[in-house]
Amino acid sequence: MIWDDFLLRAGLAGLGVVLAAAPLGCFTVWRRMAYFGDATSHGAILGVALALVAGLPVTPVVILTALALSLVMLRLVSRGQSADTALGVLSHGALAVGLVAVSFLPSLRVDLESLLFGDILSVRPADLLVIWGGALVVVATLAWRWQRLLTATLDADMARAAGIDPVRESLWLTLGLALTVALALKVVGALLIAAMLVLPPAAARPLANTPERMVLWTAVLGALAVLGGLAASLHLDTPAGPSIVSCAALIFVVTRTVARQP
Amino acid sequence: MTLVTLDQVHVLQGARQVLDHVSLELRRGEIVTVVGPNGSGKTTLMRTILGALAPVSGRVTRHPDLRIGYVPQRLSIDATLPMNVARFLSLPRRQSPQTVAAALADADLSGMQDRPVATLSGGQLQRLLLARALLDAPDLLILDEPTTGLDQPGAAAFYRRIEAIRDTRGCAVLMVSHDLHVVMAASDRVICLNGHICCHGAPETVASAPEYRALFGSGTQGALALYKHEHSHTHHDHDHDHGSHR
Repeated sequence: MIWDDFLLRAGLAGLGVVLAAAPLGCFTVWRRMAYFGDATSHGAILGVALALVAGLPVTPVVILTALALSLVMLRLVSRGQSADTALGVLSHGALAVGLVAVSFLPSLRVDLESLLFGDILSVRPADLLVIWGGALVVVATLAWRWQRLLTATLDADMARAAGIDPVRESLWLTLGLALTVALALKVVGALLIAAMLVLPPAAARPLANTPERMVLWTAVLGALAVLGGLAASLHLDTPAGPSIVSCAALIFVVTRTVARQP
Repeated sequence: MTLVTLDQVHVLQGARQVLDHVSLELRRGEIVTVVGPNGSGKTTLMRTILGALAPVSGRVTRHPDLRIGYVPQRLSIDATLPMNVARFLSLPRRQSPQTVAAALADADLSGMQDRPVATLSGGQLQRLLLARALLDAPDLLILDEPTTGLDQPGAAAFYRRIEAIRDTRGCAVLMVSHDLHVVMAASDRVICLNGHICCHGAPETVASAPEYRALFGSGTQGALALYKHEHSHTHHDHDHDHGSHR
């Protein structure tokens, strides 16, 4: 039953990404860092190109480039001045340069479409191991820093007074973001990673009255989007990554309509 | 006991000099208020004491075990972050439901555990922020413009609360305020700041200092006296209380 197998792997890969993206996506929304997700995932494309050119293993290089790009951004944001423009330049610059670099590679070696939109249906068992391993590392790290991250998110000076360094907590989040982007690249593709970070938390918001409950709802709704999107993709013969994100958008509309507005 | 010492502290923000050779000491059990016009470096001074800003020269020395309770001027919780009152009190350290209930009762917020923080009124939020800062049994309580948005009776009541907290817990209190009339009367020591320390001392001393009058004019004396009067009237046995707690 090969048919069942690839679908099972696709589902498991999607759920692994959801596991890491749920807490990280919540922080992305709470801290208004959606652009961070964008730029980090654009950095991932650059990473893929670099890895292929240099003949290095893809995942570690992607993590490193995504991390490097988000550290540069963190620095720009902390300086404050016209961060918005600088971020736009960095984010779109990385995307464009990455795409140009990919175009130099023989087309056999890289499938541009799967890079941009993901290729969840071709996930191999080894990918699954990387995705779930990475997701567990992200979740464990965020759980370990949880109280400190939340306090720093609420008010930087309130955190400092309690002996928490808000800059250090931002670094932990940045690290988690780079890792998650690298994991999700195969599943939803570089263009839609930011969507998976932002849409499920936005959909979960009206259902929750504490940060923890919002993370749980985000995971549940994210999982629903992955399974619903895969099913739709199978029945309607649509691309899997965009179907998952469409499903998440639909869930957002439903929860916002049904639940009371906060 | 000296909790924090600033010695000739010099702080820049960008290229602008915000604090110029500021020296001060904060001791346990005293209420110190920093007053000054907008842009005089009040918030910078407070953030330097918190450790958020590093001086380019001079030294900030904190007592090694210093616990700081910080009450921000306001709390801008992003609308996407669900935060109810009980959860907020459990940051950064988790608190038991009993502790939370007791803190809320103390802050006149009984039974509000499940209320979203964003729906509280200005006064309620102010009391919640204070309650959270007190949960960690601070040695030093720092309040940034604590009565912004409160009317004068509300502000006076808030300062009495601060005095009562100091009396029962013996912590030091540092307040930053431009709410001259009321806050000065509630302080043991006033520091008048305008980039550098213009003058400091007991409220009456500062209020009559020429440097202070140059910054704020002389119209505050009457209000100061008014508060003093009202204060001793409503808290008849105030000084007596002091004695029994020490």
